[in-house]
Amino acid sequence: MLTIKDLRASIENEEILKGLSLDIKPGEVHAIMGPNGSGKSTLGNVLTGREAYKVTGGSVDFNGKNLFDLEPEERAREGLFLAFQYPVEIPGVSNMEFLKAAVDAHREHRGEDAISSVDFLKLARETCKEVDLDPSFLKRGVNEGFSGGEKKRNEILQMMLLKPTLCILDETDSGLDIDALQVVAKGVNAMRAEDRSFVVVTHYQRLLNYIVPDKVHVLAGGRIVKTGGKELAEELEAKGYSWVEEEVA
Amino acid sequence: MSDFQQQALQLAGQQDNPDWLAQVRKTGAQQWLKSPWPTRKTENWKYTPLAPLQRSEFQQWAAKTSGWQDRIEFLELDATRLVFVNGEFDADASDSELPAEVVRFGDATADQHAVIAEHLGHIVDSEQHLFAALSNAWASEDGVLVHVPKNGELSKPLYIVHVSTPTGVPATANQRLLVVLETGARASVIEHFASTDDEQDGFVNSLTEVNVGENAELRHYRINLEEENLLHVGGIHANLQRSARLRGFTVSLGSKLKRIDYQINHCGEGAHLDLQGVYLPKNKQFVDYHTNVQHKVPHCTSNEVFRGIISDSAHAVFNGRIHIHKDAQKTLAELSNKNLLTSSKAEIDTKPELEIYADDVKCAHGATVSQLNKDAMYYLQARGISRDEAQVMLSFGFINELLQDVAEPAVRDYLAPRLAGLFSSNKELLQHLQYE
Ligand SMILES: Nc1ncnc2c1ncn2[C@@H]1O[C@H](COP(=O)(O)OP(=O)(O)OP(=O)(O)O)[C@@H](O)[C@H]1O
Ligand SMILES: [Mg+2]
Repeated sequence: MLTIKDLRASIENEEILKGLSLDIKPGEVHAIMGPNGSGKSTLGNVLTGREAYKVTGGSVDFNGKNLFDLEPEERAREGLFLAFQYPVEIPGVSNMEFLKAAVDAHREHRGEDAISSVDFLKLARETCKEVDLDPSFLKRGVNEGFSGGEKKRNEILQMMLLKPTLCILDETDSGLDIDALQVVAKGVNAMRAEDRSFVVVTHYQRLLNYIVPDKVHVLAGGRIVKTGGKELAEELEAKGYSWVEEEVA
Repeated sequence: MSDFQQQALQLAGQQDNPDWLAQVRKTGAQQWLKSPWPTRKTENWKYTPLAPLQRSEFQQWAAKTSGWQDRIEFLELDATRLVFVNGEFDADASDSELPAEVVRFGDATADQHAVIAEHLGHIVDSEQHLFAALSNAWASEDGVLVHVPKNGELSKPLYIVHVSTPTGVPATANQRLLVVLETGARASVIEHFASTDDEQDGFVNSLTEVNVGENAELRHYRINLEEENLLHVGGIHANLQRSARLRGFTVSLGSKLKRIDYQINHCGEGAHLDLQGVYLPKNKQFVDYHTNVQHKVPHCTSNEVFRGIISDSAHAVFNGRIHIHKDAQKTLAELSNKNLLTSSKAEIDTKPELEIYADDVKCAHGATVSQLNKDAMYYLQARGISRDEAQVMLSFGFINELLQDVAEPAVRDYLAPRLAGLFSSNKELLQHLQYE
């Protein structure tokens, strides 16, 4: 599904990713943990093509395609999805029109016609229910005035509507109350499939009780410095990161 | 004296001059003669070239034309409609039955003449506003009076449409509205300046004077969507009495010359102004909004929000003046002006001008000039939306924030798709915009 080899990337001439490698197979769930500022969000941004980030080395293969040959919107239509750590607010653009534009762009890419407004409204409302978001949020500006947790649920709503093949969740659990955490986990688990993979970036082992990962990685200093099974998350929770960093040093 | 000043005076001489308008016309002409012609050094006109007025020879009044009817789209609303074509009243296109509160100057009763005499040319300060002096000099029977008596209400909005059409020679039109709301009265007035999409050759001078009485409320909309060759200078001048409320909304496309002044005087305590505006010049167009809010007495509020998107080689000017006089304690005044430049050749001159002489006031102002928000662009693209469509969505979103708040749904419904259409001629890129 996704093969990252020796990826180097910088922002404002400061190298953040320093030779990161990662291989994700279809159907797998990978968790990435790591200290603040280690480059976890940078990885998501680089993969989805955010402009300010410069790739200075390495390669990324996404389902047989060189990811860096694709524009951000093409990557999305090919099935790459990032649930943002800090979703942006876009007043004046309604959530509804945004979601429909996104869904239609994916449909067009697959050679399908735009979904009818009636069908979409129905679909959007049902999906809202699944993430426990009141349908009135469809009428508001994109993320406008949403609470932290509502923004995160709106990200999951988008993921459910777009049905990507690779979903990167960047701290989707931060700022969620316990019920919302379960809603998100339930949504993710419902979407788990043989041909769909997840990268779950988190600081807390708790989420991984609900979304059980196949692999857990520690990202530190711009590289994956340790990989293990789900028990690694428990170990990190108990002991912090310093022992990993010492091991590597 | 400039050529245009000379021509304008001659034009005044060609008009009928009813007795009851003689005084305002005479003082207007005198003031027009006295007013120095603005140059680049005239502060209020610094960025606003009047050269297009000087380039043509205006030697006649524009006459009413026909054949425009199926080329102008009206707003769809239940309203009293009055239509003027090139400044001249068009009875066929207007409602035949008018409510008692609304009258064309020429059809006014003696009582209404008295109201006109009391207010016309007296709300506006024509020493400060040269084109208001001209409007006075040009005053004619083709003006509109709205006079709502104490605690009365206009049962329907008044919808005034000013249609411009080309006449083959440079010609002028004068458009005049006087709104007088007595204590506790309420009204909603929409002024729609439209033209056929032909290349226009005229000059329009429009002036609206408003007196909002104690506790009265006026909603006023001014929509300028004329073709880009029309020259238009306009002004809205309002006095707000105690606890009066004026809620204004305006939108303008650009043209060779488009200048609109809002002069709002808070004359009575507790008066409130809400004013929102949108300007969208493109190509080589120009548009200039000058607002001037005078807080003369305590406990008044004003809230102004203007947004512009300037494209191509267009040029916009926004000048927002707030003057808080010495006695105007407890004033709350806010002014925000945000601009999006969508091309490297687009230009905006924005200037908030604050003069505060009272110490216990709250006054916030801000002006920004930027490009489309990169984070928002990326967010939309990261969901598969193309760059082009994302640009259209964000541009429209930027003005939609103001359109959403427009109280009269018919104004919103009319403007939203038309303004969105400015951002792309490709329907596919507009298909997801929601106009509600
Ligand atoms: N625009 C920027 N300019 C300069 N440095 C930046 C910029 N954006 C990010 N960085 C830096 O890059 C480093 C990695 O940031 P990143 O957001 O990837 O960390 P993270 O691992 O996601 O941290 P957290 O756990 O706090 O979310 C940080 O040191 C951050 O300050
Ligand atoms: Mg992060």
